[in-house]
Amino acid sequence: MAKSIDVSDLNIYYGNFLAVEGVNMTIKARQVTAFIGPSGCGKSTVLRTLNRMHEVIPGARVEGKVVVDGQSLYDPTVDPVAVRRQIGMVFQRPNPFPTMSIYDNVLAGNKLNAKRMKRAEADDIVESSLKGANLWNEVKDRLDRPGMGLSGGQQQRLCIARAIAVRPQVLLMDEPCSALDPISTAAIEDLIHELKSEYTIVIVTHNMQQAARVSDETGFFNLKATGEPGHLVEFNPTKKMFSNPDNEATEAYISGRFG
Amino acid sequence: MADLDKTASLDRDLQPLTNPQLPAIGPVLAAVVAWGAAGLVALLLGWNIAGWLVLGWVAFIVVLPAWSSAVEGKRSAIDRLVTSLVWSTFVIAMLPLIAVSWTVIERGAPAFSVEFFTSDQSGVIGVGGGILHAVIGTLVITLIATLISVPVGIMAAVYLVEYGKGNRMSRILTFLVDVMTGIPSIVAGLFALALFTLLLGPLPRLAIGGSIALSVLMIPIVVRSTEEMLKLVSNELREGAYALGVPKWRTITKVVIPTALGGIVTGATLAVARVAGETAPLLLIAGTLRSVNWNPFEGGMATLPVLIFSEATKGGAKPEYVAAQLERAWGAALVLIIIVMGLNLLARVVGAYFSPKTGR
Amino acid sequence: MSTSTEAEPQEQAAERTPRRRGDAVFSGAALGAGVLIMLALAGVAIFLVVESVPALSASGDQAYGADNIVVYIWPLLYGTILAAIIALLIATPLAVGVALVISHYAPRKIARFLGYVIDLLAAVPSVVYGLWGRETLQGWVFPIYQWLHDNLGFLPFFKGPVTTGRTILTAGLVLAVMVLPIITALCREVFAQTPVMHQEAALALGATRWEMIRMAVFPYSRSGVVSSVMLGLGRALGETMAVALVLSASGVITINLISSQNPSTIAANIALNYANASGTKANVLIAGGLVLFVVTFAVNFLGRWLATRGQVKE
Repeated sequence: MAKSIDVSDLNIYYGNFLAVEGVNMTIKARQVTAFIGPSGCGKSTVLRTLNRMHEVIPGARVEGKVVVDGQSLYDPTVDPVAVRRQIGMVFQRPNPFPTMSIYDNVLAGNKLNAKRMKRAEADDIVESSLKGANLWNEVKDRLDRPGMGLSGGQQQRLCIARAIAVRPQVLLMDEPCSALDPISTAAIEDLIHELKSEYTIVIVTHNMQQAARVSDETGFFNLKATGEPGHLVEFNPTKKMFSNPDNEATEAYISGRFG
Repeated sequence: MADLDKTASLDRDLQPLTNPQLPAIGPVLAAVVAWGAAGLVALLLGWNIAGWLVLGWVAFIVVLPAWSSAVEGKRSAIDRLVTSLVWSTFVIAMLPLIAVSWTVIERGAPAFSVEFFTSDQSGVIGVGGGILHAVIGTLVITLIATLISVPVGIMAAVYLVEYGKGNRMSRILTFLVDVMTGIPSIVAGLFALALFTLLLGPLPRLAIGGSIALSVLMIPIVVRSTEEMLKLVSNELREGAYALGVPKWRTITKVVIPTALGGIVTGATLAVARVAGETAPLLLIAGTLRSVNWNPFEGGMATLPVLIFSEATKGGAKPEYVAAQLERAWGAALVLIIIVMGLNLLARVVGAYFSPKTGR
Repeated sequence: MSTSTEAEPQEQAAERTPRRRGDAVFSGAALGAGVLIMLALAGVAIFLVVESVPALSASGDQAYGADNIVVYIWPLLYGTILAAIIALLIATPLAVGVALVISHYAPRKIARFLGYVIDLLAAVPSVVYGLWGRETLQGWVFPIYQWLHDNLGFLPFFKGPVTTGRTILTAGLVLAVMVLPIITALCREVFAQTPVMHQEAALALGATRWEMIRMAVFPYSRSGVVSSVMLGLGRALGETMAVALVLSASGVITINLISSQNPSTIAANIALNYANASGTKANVLIAGGLVLFVVTFAVNFLGRWLATRGQVKE
């Protein structure tokens, strides 16, 4: 089963600077959860703590708990490499490896495990992953071509294929459509709908319509004040959030009165 | 971990996130074990400290990945092996720096005395005398080279960044500066030698020739560093000045260059440090005079690097002469290193103090 | 305000308008500096060529006992290249490792300091390295050479006999120390420029640090590393004093790295023989300098060409 994620009392620091404070939420399995909020409020930072990618930035650290299926991600015995294998990530800008073919890009994660893969087995993974990312029909005749030769939207779907090729439990998406045109965006949104039957999906987006279209639940992040840390203002089912939010700030943001 | 299970993807369980891991002090422990065991072997076989360190390193490179491989698996083991190797390269790279500094201080410091800094080698055979003539020679020749190179280098960089802007002349100039950067120092010396052979006849000895040879080496360094710094000055600053009706040349001298001054001074200082230690061109053209000469336009001059070379290689009639010459060479090397490192330090301080933040 | 037409930021507009005297003088001075550099380089090339011409007909005593200039220079060129190659074989892996420490392994604050320390290695004058190699290093490596000869003497490189530490291998070692900071500085630059997004892509797939470097950093920086090695080679070829001080040379062609019979290098040979070079002998040495100039130019040119080609590909 795809897994749910429990976040409790999460504080995120860059050096001594407290970037995000006191986040509590439960991200449900096999649902799409969207994080919305103004720029700089820490949505992407929170997302990156869910697979320990924020550690890549020097000086970043967290307090609090993130628990996936009973296992705490920040337990000292936990290996961040193992975490990232099972909690995949798709980034803002499509980032296929420039020197690899489409085929090798899809298998990049699998190859890390370096068990000898049979050619047929590898072919299967490539085909099923590309089909899963709705890209198979567009690229099946040119799998040996460089991944950088694709259009932006295709590249982003290639990155999704690469992420699901290692069969993760959770997919994190950090503004996956912000660098794409409307048609490619629609393709990705359709894909998110299909993927949620198998994966728990968390998506950060600047686009409130997108959050309303793709997500089941929504978290609204905001800064307490300029210079203060970001925090989670409200976490509710998307329908409720967009029709009858609990919090005034949420309503103001959603109705476009600020941000 | 994480076997590929395509068929039952809907009912996958979360794989354990806790890989078995070495304790945080694992590498330290492995190091202690490795060098401890190596110490025993070295004692038994009567090896020296170098042998012990090398053997311990080999043991460490084997023990840590082997342990990691048993506990954490192959991928972590490779990662730890590479990490150890990469840090080892750094330690190895440090060895010559430490060894050279140590040797120069150990063998150079005994040469220091009042006489060493206040007298020259005129009339000295073997023992005695000082290096005053070489210190003066280095200062004079380097100073003249700086006076030639810095204005020429800065103006050429100004041309490249402010006036040339990718036209044909500036592309050729950029290419030629690249070529100049790669000129071997001895070739610069040959150039000066050939130039003054034509002017003065065979085997000329002229200090100003040394300055010219050093300038050939120094100008491209100054151009490169100044160019980098001028490019960092933002265009808004220039346009802001133009918009106030300031003519271009005053914009450059009053706005652009002052903004980049820290970096330009740093670059020039590093260039001085670089050429102050140059030997080959000075050996060819400035020669090995044994007494003080202040006039760069008449006769040669001794310089510290050339003095080091000639004292180390000339040999002598008696063993104590050779010993005294070697001591003099090491003493001069220490003085030269102090000058060069001092200039480097100065450049860093200036750079840290003035330079605009370059992002990294 | 309106009188000052140069105020327009557009170059073309400024050039069409009548120029102020200050502008004319200043831009003239800038152009003059550029022309001076061109003249200086042309001077280097012309003087070297002109002074080399008489060497073409040199033979016998005037060519230091060789039949002609080619026979004289060839072993020196061989020694130059051999010493430089030894230096690169040692320095390149070390430099890549050190560059990785600074760009990817050390914590950022420490990395900055480590970078300065490596730069200090470049600041030590070559004559000091030479003195150190001649007086100190040769004593340290001598027992190692004996060991190599005793245990690996069947290889042509270690045939010996080992009678001195001042061999071509020691010269190569000293050169390696000298080119290490140059290669390191360039590699470090290239590694640091690897796009963060590709590194994050690898990490997000569950790559270890080394796997990330292999997937995202090395493929991106391959041409940059090669070009930095070429520039290091250019430096090693032209280095004079370290070799002149370290090597006990006899002008032979051999791949025996640890005997007392060593090939000399062009640059060291000039430094050691200029003093008694009269008449055509001086021309012979200058001709050697010209060959060195051409070879280093070719190597540097190749290095820079590779560097720019790498940038375009990105």
